[in-house]
Amino acid sequence: MSAASRAEAPAYVAKTKVGRITDFVDERVGGSGILREFGRKVFPDHWSFMFGEVALYSFVILLLSGTFLTFFFDPSMAETHYDGSFTGLQNVEMSVAYSSSLDISFDVRGGLFMRQVHHWAALLFVASIAVHMLRVFFTGAFRKPRELNWVVGGVLLILAMAAGFTGYSLPDDLLSGNGLRIIDGVIKSIPVIGTYISFFLFGGEFPGTVIIGRLYMLHILLVPALILLMIVLHLFMVVVHKHTQYPGPGRNDGNVVGYPLGPVYAAKAGGFFFIVFGVIALMAAFFTINPIWNYGPYDPSPVSAGTQPDWYIGFVDGALRLMPGVIGDFHFEYVIFGYVLTLNVLLPALVPAGILFTVMFMYPWIERWITKDNREHHVLDRPRNAPTRTAIGMAGFTWYCVMWAAAGSDLIATHFNVSLNDVTYWLRALFFIGPVLAFIVTKRVALALQRKDREIALHGRETGRIVRLPHGEFIEVHAPLDDYKRYKLVGFESPAPLPAVPNEHGIVTRKEKRRAALSKLFFEDRVAPATPGELEAAHGHHGEHEAVETAEEQRSLTH
Amino acid sequence: MKALSQKRRHPLAAIALLLMGLLVTGGLYAVATTMNQAKASTTNFTEHDTEEGGKLFAANCATCHGMGASGTQDGPSLVGVGAASVDFQVGTGRMPMQMNGPQAQEKPVQFNEEQTRQLAAYVASLGPGPSIPEAGLLDEKGNAAEGGELFRVNCAMCHNAAAAGGALTRGKYAPPLAGVSGQHIYEAMATGPQNMPVFNDANISPEGKRDIITYLKQIETNGSPGGADLGALGPVAEGLFVWIAGLGVIIAFTIWLTSRTS
Repeated sequence: MSAASRAEAPAYVAKTKVGRITDFVDERVGGSGILREFGRKVFPDHWSFMFGEVALYSFVILLLSGTFLTFFFDPSMAETHYDGSFTGLQNVEMSVAYSSSLDISFDVRGGLFMRQVHHWAALLFVASIAVHMLRVFFTGAFRKPRELNWVVGGVLLILAMAAGFTGYSLPDDLLSGNGLRIIDGVIKSIPVIGTYISFFLFGGEFPGTVIIGRLYMLHILLVPALILLMIVLHLFMVVVHKHTQYPGPGRNDGNVVGYPLGPVYAAKAGGFFFIVFGVIALMAAFFTINPIWNYGPYDPSPVSAGTQPDWYIGFVDGALRLMPGVIGDFHFEYVIFGYVLTLNVLLPALVPAGILFTVMFMYPWIERWITKDNREHHVLDRPRNAPTRTAIGMAGFTWYCVMWAAAGSDLIATHFNVSLNDVTYWLRALFFIGPVLAFIVTKRVALALQRKDREIALHGRETGRIVRLPHGEFIEVHAPLDDYKRYKLVGFESPAPLPAVPNEHGIVTRKEKRRAALSKLFFEDRVAPATPGELEAAHGHHGEHEAVETAEEQRSLTH
Repeated sequence: MKALSQKRRHPLAAIALLLMGLLVTGGLYAVATTMNQAKASTTNFTEHDTEEGGKLFAANCATCHGMGASGTQDGPSLVGVGAASVDFQVGTGRMPMQMNGPQAQEKPVQFNEEQTRQLAAYVASLGPGPSIPEAGLLDEKGNAAEGGELFRVNCAMCHNAAAAGGALTRGKYAPPLAGVSGQHIYEAMATGPQNMPVFNDANISPEGKRDIITYLKQIETNGSPGGADLGALGPVAEGLFVWIAGLGVIIAFTIWLTSRTS
């Protein structure tokens, strides 16, 4: 609103006091303009679009419950003797950090509940991020223009894991100490600099007396600040790019079909926050998480059976468990110039996670390079309509799950009454075979589903009614689809492989040949959507069926 | 003394010294080990018990453990395992063993208390071994906090810090300890059944064992202060729960919220 227009127009005076105050504020901050802009933002509706929201709400809950916990937690590693209401640890020597965690659990009103809210919310936070990323991957939402937002999302996942891990270590109980010791071992296995990093981090030899305080600062200051920054970036880009939508009639890359944010969606989203809060609160109220009093204070000598990290670090722990110490006579530990290089820790701890995150971050560019597709995409792919991408995703997912399962190998052994060794051997085999199998099976399943879609688009839905024609032939009646449903089945792209193209010098480079080979792998096996011509032809075929049906109806009328 | 010092360079002096050393250490060792183990068979078993136990043994156990419990290819000798061992193995149903496997499985108890006592009496009569603990050690009135520390240092690596059990190699496992009687816990520590090591009185004193039993019974009766304990299995159970129950409920809500547009 410009100054001139304000001078001309008669000054608006609200009728009520509240209205006048609102108007006063609005004239100074321009809230109504912002509201007008955002309130009109259109969001498509689908349940799978809500996991990002779940993550955001979990984060808000984490901030709230975490603030409560900081009021009572003391991150000191000074030694003390427990003197609280839990008799099972009475007078046991422990760190102040552990003692204050016990006090939060047993002597602060509502403390145990808040601790459990915080921990369950943390698990849900990372889980919803993971599901959100899977949704984005399998629907192709990472394509132009959203590649950078995909990367920001990946950074958020790593930050969430970092937040979780630093928090996991704070209570200084046996479980968290064991977890820290593994991290210390991994750090120390890094050649040359590993021991130095470990000594800087722990302020001397593990466990030292400073690590809890340092992790606390990272956990409550640096990591949440970075997460907040990334969330702002993430949401900013969502606003800039607008939301993606599933394919449907009237939806294309130039529009967003849905309902505006205000007022209904805003109310729904606000209500959803309380639903997420409620689910977490119920879990915290009825289900124990991290019963630190069971584990006792940290002491470097005992390691409890069933020591695992929280689920999001599990795949790294699983990789460590799967790694053999020796294969036959082949050792993974070398002494070079008096320094020990222990590959049986270094390889499993860093390589699988490295591969996973590298491929994840680079995938949008890899696919863009293979497909040479530089268009903007706002309409999502149904996973079956991108069989190779879906297969790659499932291969990676399977690989992750094998490592994930390996982190619980001891519990698989005890609960299914099988040998721990056999579980490990099978998982080792699946580590290599699993992704390949998953790739092949997923691709075939996706192609089969596409074929089924094509069949339905062309011939309609099977009704299960068997009709006998006058000359004795039996046929099953197919009901034709309505246009909306048919659009969903035929409205997608099915790119053909792009052969290698010579560059401006007329040379087909080796890189281009590789790209062409990958393009062949991606798109060689494909099911093209039914064309209008094919639909027309099939419809003619349907005419026959419809004639039968009318004839049959007449017959039943005459009876 | 002079005679001794004159003969100190005698060719046999070294051998004599060696013999003396061996005798002293051997003697001390014998004293030490009997201190730990041999205060057995003092339990008031009657002649009758031993006799009846012998008959039961011949009928039910000798197939594998041999006549006179001297052991065969299928089962070890039971001479010197003590009454505690029999009371544990038979009293928890692990013996007689149903089949060979990585370790003897717990199953419904096969002998009544009287018969178990008779078997124990018979085996105890074969040679000295750990005896059935006195009631005073099983009163669960020790120091739970110290028991907890002992448990974490000595037991938790196999049995889990919350005594929920854990896996060992090749199908063997450390069972969960909830519902195990104090007497059986004590006997297991004293005799080291299956793959369990022996925690004799030099490792963990009888009072220490009493503390451990107190601790275990306390966590059993106290329950879980934070709500359902999900098997006390740690982060794996928690992760499984948040993925299946937590996210499951959330997904149900998202579907409900988006089922009707606006």
